[in-house]
Amino acid sequence: MTYRALELLNLPPDELSFLLDIGCGSGLSGEILDEEGYIWAGVDIAPSMLEVALEREVEGDLFLQDIGQGFGFRPGSFDGAISISVLQWLLNAETSHPTSSPPHRLSRFFTTLHSALRNPSRAVFQFYPSSDDQIQLITSAAQKAGFGGGVVVDYPNSNKARKVFLVLFVGGGGGGAGHQQVPEGLQGEEREDGKVMFERRREREAKREKGGKRKGVKDKDWILKKKELYRQRGKEGVPRDSKFTGRKRRAVF
Amino acid sequence: MVRLITHNLLACHVKNCTSNNFPLAFKDLGDTSLPAEQPDMIDDEFLQKLHHVLLEIHVEEGSMVCPNCNHVYPISNGIPNMLLAEHEIG
Repeated sequence: MTYRALELLNLPPDELSFLLDIGCGSGLSGEILDEEGYIWAGVDIAPSMLEVALEREVEGDLFLQDIGQGFGFRPGSFDGAISISVLQWLLNAETSHPTSSPPHRLSRFFTTLHSALRNPSRAVFQFYPSSDDQIQLITSAAQKAGFGGGVVVDYPNSNKARKVFLVLFVGGGGGGAGHQQVPEGLQGEEREDGKVMFERRREREAKREKGGKRKGVKDKDWILKKKELYRQRGKEGVPRDSKFTGRKRRAVF
Repeated sequence: MVRLITHNLLACHVKNCTSNNFPLAFKDLGDTSLPAEQPDMIDDEFLQKLHHVLLEIHVEEGSMVCPNCNHVYPISNGIPNMLLAEHEIG
């Protein structure tokens, strides 16, 4: 997902970029950013996750920060921002305080992010909305903050592979002049028409469970083996082997 | 982990603290290898010192103070705590 987000960011390929990883968590996407040669800083609200990121020795600088409270970054600090599976958490209100209401937190988040980003640049958020209303709320908050852009849905017809990306532009959006168009969501190149990875394996297993002639477990060989075993152990009353051993009883009538 | 080059990007984001909120002052940071004024000649020695200060100094424990509203951002384990109290959220 981080790779896809980077692809959507559409950064100039031969320049060093300084990215903001919003909700970096344990540094999973940070490792990918390191690999790809980006310089980054990460924010997250969970100290425990940041500790894990420290143990992983990621390259970026980490901050403990609630993104709903806004960022304290100076204007134009970052060349881009990515955030993987974070935005939906902004929709929870923890207290009844007015600053804790989702619209307020969203607008605070987007306005401070907008100013922290360079002009032109992009921000890509992957998130899991639970309804269309939530997408509406988030995009309207982003637009109010001055962002352009929109929602990109990858694999819209698949239940599992469906991924919602919010692609926001500051100014021209980067990646050359006149590049304001929202990128297309991935459509056709899904694996095996609309199936996710491992789907095929599951299918195979399901087929094996259901249909197909399974070999009976308690066939004649098995019975003979068991009887032999019992005799070796000295069990009494083990029936003798005969031509009737292990035969099916036919229906009487 | 707070490198000084990243610290350079941080400003105070407390409500109504909009002017003179940068830079956040460090408490007890004893490095004076750089001159206070920008030197006329930029030589290798100066650049090396600059690199050291910007990229190799990591603040592990300490705190940053906003020069305007005196909000203290503690740094522990190399991670600055930028959380605000409810009344400070803008």
